[in-house]
Amino acid sequence: MQDPAPIGLSLPQLAASRCNLCWRGRRSSSFTIKPGLQTLMTLAIKEHEQHERLEKLKTLFGLPVNKAKLTSQRTRLKNQNGFHLCRLGREVYTFVSTSRMSGSLLNMFSKGTKRKFSDGDEEISDESLVGARVASSYSLQRQSLLDMSLIKLQLCHMLVEPNLCRSVLIANTVRQIQEEMTHDGSWHMVAEAFCSAGQSPSERLVATEVLCRSREQDAEPKLFSVISYEGCREEEVVADETLCSVSVSDTVSNVCLAGRIGQCWEKSELSGVERDEEALEDSRLGSGEDEEIDTKDRASTESPKTIGQVFGTFEIKNGSPGPDSALEELFSDVDTSYYDLDTMLTGMQSAPKMGPYDILDSLAPSHSSPSIVSTPNCRSDLNELDHIMEIIVGS
Amino acid sequence: MAGAGGGGNDVHWCFSQVKGAIDDDVAEADIISTVEFNHSGELLATGDKGGRVVIFQQETENKSQSQWRSEYNVYSTFQSHEPEFDYLKSLEIEEKINKIRWLPQKNAAQFLLSTNDKTIKLWKISERDKRPEGYNLKEEDGRYRDAATITTLRVPVFRPMDLMVEASPRRVFANAHTYHINSISVNSDNETYLSADDLRINLWHLEITDRSFNIVDIKPANMEELTEVITAAEFHPHQCNTFVYSSSKGTIRLCDMRASALCDKHSKLFEEPEDPSNRSFFSEIISSISDVKFSHNGRYMMTRDYLSVKIWDLNMENRPVETYQVHEYLRSKLCSLYENDCIFDKFECCWNGNDSVVMTGSYNNFFRMLDRSQRRDVTLEASRESCKPRQVLKPRRVCAGGKRKKDEISVDSLDFNKKILHTAWHPQENIIAVATTNNLYIFQEKVN
Repeated sequence: MQDPAPIGLSLPQLAASRCNLCWRGRRSSSFTIKPGLQTLMTLAIKEHEQHERLEKLKTLFGLPVNKAKLTSQRTRLKNQNGFHLCRLGREVYTFVSTSRMSGSLLNMFSKGTKRKFSDGDEEISDESLVGARVASSYSLQRQSLLDMSLIKLQLCHMLVEPNLCRSVLIANTVRQIQEEMTHDGSWHMVAEAFCSAGQSPSERLVATEVLCRSREQDAEPKLFSVISYEGCREEEVVADETLCSVSVSDTVSNVCLAGRIGQCWEKSELSGVERDEEALEDSRLGSGEDEEIDTKDRASTESPKTIGQVFGTFEIKNGSPGPDSALEELFSDVDTSYYDLDTMLTGMQSAPKMGPYDILDSLAPSHSSPSIVSTPNCRSDLNELDHIMEIIVGS
Repeated sequence: MAGAGGGGNDVHWCFSQVKGAIDDDVAEADIISTVEFNHSGELLATGDKGGRVVIFQQETENKSQSQWRSEYNVYSTFQSHEPEFDYLKSLEIEEKINKIRWLPQKNAAQFLLSTNDKTIKLWKISERDKRPEGYNLKEEDGRYRDAATITTLRVPVFRPMDLMVEASPRRVFANAHTYHINSISVNSDNETYLSADDLRINLWHLEITDRSFNIVDIKPANMEELTEVITAAEFHPHQCNTFVYSSSKGTIRLCDMRASALCDKHSKLFEEPEDPSNRSFFSEIISSISDVKFSHNGRYMMTRDYLSVKIWDLNMENRPVETYQVHEYLRSKLCSLYENDCIFDKFECCWNGNDSVVMTGSYNNFFRMLDRSQRRDVTLEASRESCKPRQVLKPRRVCAGGKRKKDEISVDSLDFNKKILHTAWHPQENIIAVATTNNLYIFQEKVN
């Protein structure tokens, strides 16, 4: 069983697709690309504007953080092939160097036909700088991978039939990255955020905290991406006699991580751009204020769900979703004007709190079309939106 | 004949046939999703994303000729599964055929199991080449005759007619799987079969549709703790109590149904320790096993993960006896393949008739033949360019980096949208069926 043809999604596409159900029924959607996003893409693409960053990235990826190994690999730095644009999504690029080393932890792919930077011959001045650069590039790369994985997890909820195997693998990858980040200490800011929110202390594996939101926290169901709701329900028991008894109460759990993390990713991307020049080496998980979020978008108050509950999306469970502002605080320093795009797409000017049954009601008209008939419509709309995005972004 | 004295590499493969539309515009419903020969090799079934099953039959007329084996022609086409909409979950159930498995032939009719994500169906494919003629009360076209006009009586007789192949669903096994079915496997006892979804494996009796036994359940009590799913399962070819299932973490568990009713506890666990030098964030994803197949003799099993094919001896659990790299040049491209989701592609693999050669697919419409006996391998391509009848396939080479030699293709030029996920090998002869996106290629051994 295969997912539909895989494509990398661009930021705007991702933003648009967050409320899949809402634009699924639309024949045409119009939206503008937020300035921040355009800046991001422009920055990513224009060589000369990235030269500064390039300098800092002039190391090989995938070197172990263990600095003892750097000496032996130093000579190899001179032979590196240069830098290539690496696609994170269809339109989003980051710069990586090609690595010819085997056994490297992360090998970033270079699309050979893309831009090449022939800076590979420059000498590395001192080892400490190399070490710092290596570490920073590695963490940058790791961060990109984390972001990519989170998008994918969110996309899982976009699909009509989420692929459990794929979701599990991506979630495991995310866990692995976050565990490593914890060990590296990069996750300390996250831990702070957690502590400030009165959550578990950082000795608990933060990754676990993020991924397995405990249930003792409670919150009313908040607004959640309509699509995720619809994309990830799978009954615990399918037997006919129990169909009636299945509860739909915890459908929030299905969604929120998806919508949440997707939003977070976009926010973090934008923030990454804005803080680009000065904070390149920093982890992108900056803590920040979230007043903006609270005022502008009540969706931000929704609790980001755990990746574990991503799988809960595959079945309906009882229980109340936990509120969680920790993940939101992770990415809170981002331009939240992005939410306007979201609300515009959903046709909602405000983001009212809706219970699961409200969403059910809002789903109903979309799904009123009998059985399969809805499907081709949805798919064609997806393709249409795809096409529209390409026109807007591809220019 | 089949692999005798060499198999994959002394054999020169040549093009035999291609089925499917020629144009590049692929209708999504035509994407082939499974390919399977029956036990005699005379029939070749394909399932597609549109829920249809197409069966090809090997012509028997030319069997006497040693120069060229006969061709496969369409025998029957039927719609196996329809798209469904689960109203309770607001989810559509794809009609795509995930697997087809033939039952051993017991009488004149052929039986096969086909499954989509949720429902398994048993189909009977039967031939009709005679029809009764000479009814007393009916005309030949079926209209009833007026009884008053009947003056004589006659005995109806069977007269030959044009061959008609009928496919009728005999059993529908539904509502037993919460998650998506990824495998079905018929038991050697010819009475039961298993169906595996992401978290559970059920045992069915072919005659009973309203009940199935759950024999494996790896669903954790708390779905948040889910880290592993079942990716494939198969019964042992001779031992009706033994089956294996593979997981997304790269482990294979062999279970004995005699041990207990619920086989959550495995009898054997096949797992190769991870190579620390190759460790990356993608290690787990590429170790996920996409297909597991027992050898015909039942002594070995083959597993396919993203980059390699491993042959395991059932008696040795700690490491495979053979490992073959399918497309090692992709190891440095894993991040990009992760980005475009190609890293999640599930490739299948198959054995040849005498277990000396294994075959699996790759990208760019390449497929690989790995000769176990001679420790050689070859990469071939299924493309429209080499479609002349009996044209010998030229081995292809991929250059990983550095200078590209003539006739080599560089990794960056590979088309990752053209992937061969499904292949099948005739159980007795050197005939292979290779499915590209929407075409089915049949290659045969070149016989001089």
